Amino acid sequence: MIGQRAERGRGALGEQFGTFEQQHQSEELGMWIFLGTEIMLFGGLFTAYTVYRTVYPDGFAEGSRHLDVLYGSVNTAVLILSSLTMSLAVRAAQFGRQRALTWYLLGTALLGVLFLAVKGLEYQKHFAEGMVPGLVWQYVGPLANQVELFLFAYFVMTGLHGLHLGIGVLAVLLFAARARRGGFPAERHAPVEMLGLYWHFVDVVWLFLLPLLYLFGLSS
Amino acid sequence: MPERTVPVRTCFVVCAVLLVLTGSSVAVAHVDLRGWNTLIALLVAAIQALLVGQFLMHLRWSPPVIRLAAVAGVVWLAILIVGTLDDILTRGWLAVPGK
Amino acid sequence: MSTIALPGRRRTYLNTDYAIRSWFLTTDHKRIAVLYLVSITLMFLVGGAAATLMRLELLTPDGSLVDSETYNKLFTMHGVVMVWFFLIPSIPNVLGNFLVPLMIGARDLAFPRLNLMSWYIYVVGAAFTLWALVDGGVDTGWTFYTPFSTSASTTNVVTVVVGIFILGFSSILTGMNFIVTIHRLRAPGLTWFRLPLFLWSTYATSVILVLATPVLAVTLLLVAVERVARVGFFDPTLGGDPLLFQNLFWFYSHPAVYIMILPGMGVVSELIAAFARKPVFGYKTVALASVAIAVLGFLVWGHHMFVAGISAHAALMFSVLSYLVAIPSAIKVFNWTATLYRGAITLSTPLLYALGFIGLFTIGGLTGLFLASLGVDVQVHDTYFVVAHFHYIMVGGMVTAFMGGLHYWWPKMTGRMYSETWGRIAAIVIFFGFNLTFFPLYILGYLGMPRRYHIYPPDFQMLNVMSTAGASILAVGYFLPLVYLLASLRSGKRAGDNPWDVTGLEWQTSSPPPKLNFTETPVVSGPPYDFIGRAGRA
Repeated sequence: MIGQRAERGRGALGEQFGTFEQQHQSEELGMWIFLGTEIMLFGGLFTAYTVYRTVYPDGFAEGSRHLDVLYGSVNTAVLILSSLTMSLAVRAAQFGRQRALTWYLLGTALLGVLFLAVKGLEYQKHFAEGMVPGLVWQYVGPLANQVELFLFAYFVMTGLHGLHLGIGVLAVLLFAARARRGGFPAERHAPVEMLGLYWHFVDVVWLFLLPLLYLFGLSS
Repeated sequence: MPERTVPVRTCFVVCAVLLVLTGSSVAVAHVDLRGWNTLIALLVAAIQALLVGQFLMHLRWSPPVIRLAAVAGVVWLAILIVGTLDDILTRGWLAVPGK
Repeated sequence: MSTIALPGRRRTYLNTDYAIRSWFLTTDHKRIAVLYLVSITLMFLVGGAAATLMRLELLTPDGSLVDSETYNKLFTMHGVVMVWFFLIPSIPNVLGNFLVPLMIGARDLAFPRLNLMSWYIYVVGAAFTLWALVDGGVDTGWTFYTPFSTSASTTNVVTVVVGIFILGFSSILTGMNFIVTIHRLRAPGLTWFRLPLFLWSTYATSVILVLATPVLAVTLLLVAVERVARVGFFDPTLGGDPLLFQNLFWFYSHPAVYIMILPGMGVVSELIAAFARKPVFGYKTVALASVAIAVLGFLVWGHHMFVAGISAHAALMFSVLSYLVAIPSAIKVFNWTATLYRGAITLSTPLLYALGFIGLFTIGGLTGLFLASLGVDVQVHDTYFVVAHFHYIMVGGMVTAFMGGLHYWWPKMTGRMYSETWGRIAAIVIFFGFNLTFFPLYILGYLGMPRRYHIYPPDFQMLNVMSTAGASILAVGYFLPLVYLLASLRSGKRAGDNPWDVTGLEWQTSSPPPKLNFTETPVVSGPPYDFIGRAGRA
């Protein structure tokens, strides 16, 4: 039963494992497989985007021009910096430095929240301009339908990404709270590593969203 | 005692490179290079992904099965995109009426 | 609640603790397997009820039992429930959950708590789906083609789609758990090519589960978003492409059919080896064929769209690749046959099911090749020919294998033997009922009767009546094991550790096994199916 496992102490070896090494390797493989599923999850959206961009290049370029590259670029920088703080957090966990770990995790969460705040401002701008498909759509023009498809893609892709980032921020905060209580000694640093993998993955997704959504149609 | 620790310097260098690459990509996007714009932007993103994967996600030092898992997702997504595009891009190629 | 230790009574995973909490909060893979067995049986009854009503309706050509709208809802729920809530979880979550740790000599799966979570996710997904059923049903077909599902249908599409979305995560977690377990928790000496073939199939299935299901998840998410927001990727007024949905949907759903056959093939390998008392012929080939099926299965999804409007070039590519994917399946059939050749065969109940599988799967598979041929497909697409094809594989194949596996491992799971007489009777009744139900459908389809219609030309009535008659026999056949297997729990002969006298780590421990599976970690030093030197059975 679950209770028996807790009795053996936090961070203890699961009874299905023979060694801590085996447990760590299993968790690592499990997390990478999970990230593989996430690639396929976002992948469906990337496929839809690719299809419509191929058949409606002008409409999509026009749609892209209604996004503000400044917001996109700032957010990219914010996420890259958060990957930096997360890497340093993982390092701190590996060496058992709980206080450094806590601070780096808080920094990561802060940057994540900053990203979401900037995204919120962006969404608000689109709303004010009447360019939110399904909610308020006031755009008129020769390619209006295709622009609406583009904006739909934009909201769904950044929305799903934002959801993943939000979950990541919550997880980081929970980990920070636990780190503050000394919950990640060096021999039990693996969960922080796994969290780091997730965080970096969410960063990589954004690194693809930026060129696909923001950098298309800028030169025309 | 930790098995693979990334040196602090590496973290900073990689992230600096990521920032520079982002800036370049944004800058190049403003220059009209016709069909090359998309390719360059995606190439930069791919390089960034590689850097994050190799150094920040430790793939460089990971056992083969982990690297296989990492690659599998990308390859499978490629199958989905290529298969779907195959239809869209080849309409009218073969002399079959209506297709 | 205290555990009662009766004098002389061995502690097994079943009697370790009788409290309800100990079942619903268990992390023991064996108990979770039992939880799944009960759940999928209940869902099978739901899906079966829909099928019963459909076949009753089809007794007459003029649609007298239900109206068109209701018929649409019946075949939709039949498909949704049978595919996602019965077939896909069946062998992996019942037999896989029970056997994977035992077969590799481990105490549990890599992530026992995620395993329990998988079951709860299954239950929540099923609840959403059953709610949609009760609240008026869904009429889009299990394939949810757009723009009907997104724009025109007035039924509970969102509820059902959310239910399946949730269920998807159960699949993903299960697949992930199995992959990590097989990679990392094997007993000392258990190299990859000493694994029982059931584990190779389970591994291949798990790869499909983790790579394909997320695409279904995001596609159904888009359908739900579009119904709620009234705008989306599939909106024809915006220039949305119905084929985009179909590409995304079938990218999952074709590999999904391999999820619904590979585990069955794994079971059949075990049954053939056990009851021919011979190692499987061409072990390595069969193992690698499982992986080949999993990989190639991802390259053929367009064959569901030959007449949907895809380019001739794409159709050609998908047709050729579909022929290719038949090869590893055929290899397996040949290897099973070669295993049986000159084997010391016992026509036990599990072997009857395995033999049924080989015959019925071959017919189903061959008709799949007919469908992969572009010219034939134009004629029989969306007819009963297709319906017959996939039922031969999913029911004649997978369900048959599931029954065979359930019987074979029943003594291990419950510690009891079932009635061999009734077992054989049921297997034969099922085989006969199945063929009477579904073979006429090949003819009907070839003659042009479309699927998903409840009204048909009177000329087709005789074949329809035959099919319904077969269905009633099939129902009896499936009912019998429900009775005698449950009865065996009370009055069946107690089973020893290894009632079939075969090799395999699961048979080296007691029946039923103790909670942690083995008293000490087994060490493997030889190949699977090592029958040399074992006494023959009478």
